[in-house]
Amino acid sequence: AEVAELRARLRAVRHTVLVLSGKGGVGKSTFSALLAHGLAADENKQVALLDIDICGPSIPKMMGLEGEQVHQSGSGWSPVYVEENLGVMSVGFLLSSPDDAVIWRGPKKNGLIKQFLRDVDWGEVDYLIVDTPPGTSDEHLSIVQYLNATHIDGAVIVTTPQEVSLQDVRKEINFCRKVKLPIIGVVENMSSFVCPKCKNESQIFPPTTGGAEKMCQNLNVSFLGKVPLDPQIGKSCDRGQSFLAEAPESPATLSYRNIIQRIEEYCEQHHLQEEKIM
Amino acid sequence: LAERTSLAGVQHILLVLSGKGGVGKSTLSTELALALRNAGKKVGILDVDLCGPSIPRMLRVQDSAVHQCDSGWVPVFVGQDKAIALMSIGFLLERPDDAVVWRGPKKNALIKQFITDVAWGDLDFLIVDTPPGTSDEHISTVEALRPYQMLGAVLVTTPQ
Repeated sequence: AEVAELRARLRAVRHTVLVLSGKGGVGKSTFSALLAHGLAADENKQVALLDIDICGPSIPKMMGLEGEQVHQSGSGWSPVYVEENLGVMSVGFLLSSPDDAVIWRGPKKNGLIKQFLRDVDWGEVDYLIVDTPPGTSDEHLSIVQYLNATHIDGAVIVTTPQEVSLQDVRKEINFCRKVKLPIIGVVENMSSFVCPKCKNESQIFPPTTGGAEKMCQNLNVSFLGKVPLDPQIGKSCDRGQSFLAEAPESPATLSYRNIIQRIEEYCEQHHLQEEKIM
Repeated sequence: LAERTSLAGVQHILLVLSGKGGVGKSTLSTELALALRNAGKKVGILDVDLCGPSIPRMLRVQDSAVHQCDSGWVPVFVGQDKAIALMSIGFLLERPDDAVVWRGPKKNALIKQFITDVAWGDLDFLIVDTPPGTSDEHISTVEALRPYQMLGAVLVTTPQ
């Protein structure tokens, strides 16, 4: 009956993309936010961004929605809208103060994630993007389990170039294979830094073992692209603005846009294949 | 009453926490342990990041294995002088890329074992490296360590 409830609620969601890592602090939330903004630039698309990082919800701040509250209506919880076609849900909106710690064990976190899927009235959605916390634990198992009620197009896995990150990301790739979650591809953030003054390129996080590209070759996973480290990205996130809109000329913006396009193409193709099968 | 347990010989316990991931908790835990060792202290590191254990690689002991003895598991001793003792789930994986896909209760059980069933011996400092967040690992670690003398927590962040 539970599955039926979730199925009903998620019936109007065309595409679902999970943003995962394994490693913390590599830019999952940043990427999720920009993916949402990028897709929502097309006014004809309805985009939903669901933040299931219960302990460290970054999405409200990154989307400029700090202090917003969730409202209930007859049809369920209303997402908080950034644009008419971009709705957001996060535990961040349920806290009385932004510094309140959510000190919950797994089962309670799972309960809230289920509520987010069952009780939020997303309406008709073209793209549901799910931002996750680092790791391979309760939140990840639960979201895959609950989203089996609809279908998941796949996961985008985010990393940084150094081996300490890749180590955790390989585990995440294995997690995806274990739970039969298709991998759309891997994004390498913080790839290189170009000095705005002298234009010299530095590797702040040297890829001592070949970076994400080499890892993808070894594991036969699609490499979606590299994004350079641009200090404006962090600034835009802190200020709740879309980096893509604030720095349209940045090489990082170009990288993000290319990657977003590849993700869209993957999802559209996936959809066509499914329709063929049906 | 604290019986003679595996942490009885530990003078100070220090937790390294953040909330945020990727800020340098494991890096700091490692450097802190090395600095204390260089200052002549006996140090242990307990890595309770079960999903993303980084300490073994940082100390170049990722290919080591843990052994059992009468008083429990023997930690991995690092370096020529063996002055740093390390326990991490990294040593228990069959393959380094194996994902530990566990829900809370299983994680909690292993953390308790790491605290009560590891033969830490006499240590001046036990540094506990944690994963990001405020969840199962953190609650369980603090609960299991409560009977002992906890020096405190060092919190790590980045500027943004």
